[in-house]
Amino acid sequence: MITTPAPVRARGAATFARRLLVARELGIALALALLVAVTTIRNPRFLSAQSIKDLLLGATILAILATGQAIVVITRNVDLSVGSVLGVTAFATGVLFKDHPGTPIVLALLAGIGIGALAGAVNGGLIAAAQVPALVVTLGTLYVFRGLDYTWATGRQVNAADMPHGFLSLGTRTILGVPVLALFAVAVLLIAGFVLRSYRSGRELYAIGSDPDAARLSGIPVGRRVFAAFVASGALAGLAGVLHAARFGTVDANAGLGSELNVVAAVVVGGVAIFGGSGSVYGAALGAALLTTIGSALPVLGIDPFWQRAAVGALILAAIGLDRVLAVRTARRLRGGRARDA
Amino acid sequence: MRESARRPLWTVLWSWDALVIVALVLVIAVGTSTIDGVGTPRFYRFVVLEAIPIALIALPLTLVIITGEIDLSVASTVGLTCCVLGQLWHAGVTSLPLLVVLSLLLGAVLGALNGVFVTVFGLPSLAVTIGTLAFYRGLAYVVLGDRAVADYPVSWTRRMISPIPHTTIPWFVFVVGALALVFGILLYATPVGRALYAIGNNDVAAGFSGIAVLRTKFWLFVATGACSALAGVFWTFRFASARADNATGLELSVIAAVLLGGVSIFGGRGGLVGVLAAVALLGVLRNALQLADVPANDLTIVTGSLLILSVVGPNLARQARDRLRRRRPIPALERTQ
Repeated sequence: MITTPAPVRARGAATFARRLLVARELGIALALALLVAVTTIRNPRFLSAQSIKDLLLGATILAILATGQAIVVITRNVDLSVGSVLGVTAFATGVLFKDHPGTPIVLALLAGIGIGALAGAVNGGLIAAAQVPALVVTLGTLYVFRGLDYTWATGRQVNAADMPHGFLSLGTRTILGVPVLALFAVAVLLIAGFVLRSYRSGRELYAIGSDPDAARLSGIPVGRRVFAAFVASGALAGLAGVLHAARFGTVDANAGLGSELNVVAAVVVGGVAIFGGSGSVYGAALGAALLTTIGSALPVLGIDPFWQRAAVGALILAAIGLDRVLAVRTARRLRGGRARDA
Repeated sequence: MRESARRPLWTVLWSWDALVIVALVLVIAVGTSTIDGVGTPRFYRFVVLEAIPIALIALPLTLVIITGEIDLSVASTVGLTCCVLGQLWHAGVTSLPLLVVLSLLLGAVLGALNGVFVTVFGLPSLAVTIGTLAFYRGLAYVVLGDRAVADYPVSWTRRMISPIPHTTIPWFVFVVGALALVFGILLYATPVGRALYAIGNNDVAAGFSGIAVLRTKFWLFVATGACSALAGVFWTFRFASARADNATGLELSVIAAVLLGGVSIFGGRGGLVGVLAAVALLGVLRNALQLADVPANDLTIVTGSLLILSVVGPNLARQARDRLRRRRPIPALERTQ
């Protein structure tokens, strides 16, 4: 982040940076609104209460995963294992309810979050203690966790009939037309957003992502913060796993297979720089909403659904390209400002 | 540095390349003596068939990673090449050489697109190739959807995996060998090869010392695309099937092999000898465990763990060695006093 000793410049730079941040998230929101508008013109039913509910439900799990991923990416790391963690916790939730039918829902949520946090601790421990790159470690644990999941499940699946009614209704119930699951995502988003924005430890995550060495020299416990970021990402993936089980009712070992790509896409599209130090969880959540909306808008627009994956890929490329252009322009403007002062 | 005179034997024994080769020999020895079917000619045939596409991609990818970049889109390039190849065959292109040339050309273009994003626009290769990983795979689905093209002439599919006379080893291994020779000479015996290490260690310094950093990186991405396409051609004819989900997740196996082979993910360290040994090690290990009735799910755990081990291991070794080296000068100083 920008920290210049001169107070006037610092304030000027900070407001400018904040304006840029707003602009970046505003851009995604505009793209989302445009997509919804165009699709609705083609088919007015796209904006019916039922389809909005479906959109929110669809975006919920991706948004929670993207929030966790954004926390990690801001520290200049990446967590590719979230899809596998989701798979493990979704299946664990199913087994928990099958073997202990009377389990309170809160306990299931806590169990899922706990398992996820444990998986995140494995990632974070390897990365922070052994100082190995996150990309490689989480690529490895992506397969290890999924393999454990398969070995545990051995082809079994837990059906909706084995789940308590109260738990399944969590996935379908709405409050004032808003699905309960989406409220979970909103709560997670607000808490994570607040911590990242207003807590010292949250700001330190940005400092680490901007320049790990400088962060270490200025006394930030880099290892501990990165570890915590991975635990948070794992815990959120665990929460997403429980919600996945509640939403779909039937879970096998394949839950969340390959979703890490969509999660990273949502984060990158949402304006979180892949090399850390900038972006927000709100942007990531908007990115998740945009990707989900594209998925359901394509068929309505009469486009072959096979284009969806290609669209996601093109969107990632466009987003990082756009970020690059913005960064270059910002750097040029900042440099220009300093030159005028001198 | 003072110790360099009496280090050669020690470094050779402890070099990562040697360690991987020793592990390979150990796995073969233990496997052959304990698991029924390991070590037979048939066993090696399947190991080699499985290793060919991985080795094809690992060769250029090693060079890419040595320069400090990465290409995650290789498996999607394989998939897209399979689909385009299948579609061309459907559309009436019946000349095998023409199909192969067009496929390689497609791969080179896909690699060049990665290269342009990385070198011209200056974007991080990790982000770019996560994007093209999704994009190329998406295009594969656009080309073939959920259909499969499988009606190739039997002579083509049989020829692709036919063995060298009097052995069980597929002749295609010669293609891999020739490419390994080309990339090996390039890496070990030319100024370009030395430049790759310089770029990986510090690309700004490399640029100042007259190395064409961006151009080198660009051509490495092109080579990776072309080799991935060749792997796609092999894949299509080996399984006699072009589908959009061909080779999904193959990038893990390739990257696992490259890193297990001692190439540093940060660039500037490693070589092809270790990588080829690691490709063989992973292939033998997977096939041996399969013969030992280890379920396929547990194999993914093994591959994933090996990948983690391959970065944690050298890192811990380096840390230990640094500590050792730091301790050594002190007694020497005391003696001179």
